Amino acid sequence: MYIPIVFTFANSSPSLVSSGLDLERSFSQMMQGVGFSPSLAHLLWLPLPMLLVLAAAVVGVLVTVWLERKISAAAQQRIGPEYAGALGVLQPMADGLKLLVKEDVIPAKADGLLFTLGPVLVLVPVILSWLIVPFGQNLLISNVGVGIFLWISLSSIQPIGLLMSGYASNNKYSLLGGLRAAAQSISYEIPLALSVLAVVMMSNSLSTIDIVSQQNGAGLLSWNIWRQPVGFVIFWICALAECERLPFDLPEAEEELVAGYQTEYAGMKFALFYLGSYINLVLSALLVSVLYLGGWGFPLPLEWAASWFGLPLDSPLLQVITGSVGIVMTVLKAYLLVFLAILLRWTTPRVRIDQLLDLGWKFLLPISLVNLLVTAALKLAFPVAFGG
Amino acid sequence: MSISNSTELICFLVLAFVVILGSLGVVLLGNIVYSAFLLGGVFMAVAGLYLLLNASFVAAAQVLVYVGAVNVLILFAIMLVNKREDLKPIPGLQLRRFLSAGICLGLLVLMFRVVLITPWSLPGPAAIGEGATVRIGEHLFTDYLLPFELASVLLLMAMIGAIVLARRDIQTVDVGTGNEVNQSLIEKAGTPLLVDKTTT
Repeated sequence: MYIPIVFTFANSSPSLVSSGLDLERSFSQMMQGVGFSPSLAHLLWLPLPMLLVLAAAVVGVLVTVWLERKISAAAQQRIGPEYAGALGVLQPMADGLKLLVKEDVIPAKADGLLFTLGPVLVLVPVILSWLIVPFGQNLLISNVGVGIFLWISLSSIQPIGLLMSGYASNNKYSLLGGLRAAAQSISYEIPLALSVLAVVMMSNSLSTIDIVSQQNGAGLLSWNIWRQPVGFVIFWICALAECERLPFDLPEAEEELVAGYQTEYAGMKFALFYLGSYINLVLSALLVSVLYLGGWGFPLPLEWAASWFGLPLDSPLLQVITGSVGIVMTVLKAYLLVFLAILLRWTTPRVRIDQLLDLGWKFLLPISLVNLLVTAALKLAFPVAFGG
Repeated sequence: MSISNSTELICFLVLAFVVILGSLGVVLLGNIVYSAFLLGGVFMAVAGLYLLLNASFVAAAQVLVYVGAVNVLILFAIMLVNKREDLKPIPGLQLRRFLSAGICLGLLVLMFRVVLITPWSLPGPAAIGEGATVRIGEHLFTDYLLPFELASVLLLMAMIGAIVLARRDIQTVDVGTGNEVNQSLIEKAGTPLLVDKTTT
């Protein structure tokens, strides 16, 4: 009996392709060569992928913030940040430093404990969800069996943090913003979960590794986007709504609510919200690429290329190439989606609250139910193409 | 004791501590908002206990249903009706507290007795771990199909009831007495909140 989340590492999935790079096994063998026991080697290994993914998430946010500034500038025919580093690449660092040294204000009539805990509860589930994002066959923190379901349940914790910070600010705009944010995130979670369910139905597994492996039979043509075009659009709309990106950024609508639940926040606590929303955006983009765009898969299966060049599938060179191409492809697909999200943010107007709820409950929910039903029917009718 | 065993023991102690203290806080704290937030913490800790028992699907479902739905609903209800006012003192509060404490202690003693006299078969059956998701699905659609369908009917009834309650502005006649009722929403644009309706 052991704790599945913390102690398993990417070895339980029956995979179709070769097992690929297994860094943990190599690390463990190396440490045992120096004289450590296997369990101690495992213990030493555990923090490494976690720290790496945490660093990747934060760097991802810095890149996204820079992209947001540059692309919004281009959309408005400005230049954008220019002086901090080449093309202003250091601007997000400067933003972060500014927030770090800013005074941390807690309003006098606010509830100090809940006020501090709110941003933490918003950020932690988002970071925890990176547990299941795969960058390669064995390149993820933990291949938990409940995989994508874990992400859905973790993202349902966020509304509590939003309600908490909205309530604790002791400000009517904050409370309204918090209530709106929670209502929005609850409404859009349902079509989101239903469109994920359709994908899960096709790949017969909740694990993100299996979902990607199932799409990598024939490269570009076997990606889920061709089999789930409706689900892809629903998932993307819902992901944008969950991230509170612009067509759906009602919780912080400046003209109506000052800044929603963030109104009273300053300094590092505000930075936690900011970080949380951008990490969530990158995470959503990564998950769209995992669920619909073939994850780490190259548009052309690398196994075919290897057989053309006559390389054996288990040669170290090919494994290193596959691993690096996998990481590059995952990040590339995710950032294409981030680019799309930023363009959407700076070119679309905000929806009203009634339009938002109408869209969620009267349009997306029925469509996603129909999508689920059609997927099930197609799976029964054409088990070859829809993962029988 | 191996590293994973001791980690498990520490996790169990921390989670049990959080569950016990948190639920005491839910019951005893004066501020209902704190109680609601603590309830969310208790649900999370229970999910952690499921995780320790190698039931990751049940843990994730616990978080999704209890934290993400039930607790958020409770918080919504509290925050939408939250009025900062001093409640009227309840008569005989000390006696009520004494009685409920007595009943709760009695229940605790009963549960201790059950725990002590039950012949637990230790160790229990091996956990199936990741296979649990498939097993739960099989059970839900075979031998537990009837309860599953009944639960869905119950939810449908609750949903229809919620719609009827939310759309009550179209119901102008009291179902029970047949009298006309003014049930228009008070928050209409342009009209002040809490108008005195007895004089009009």
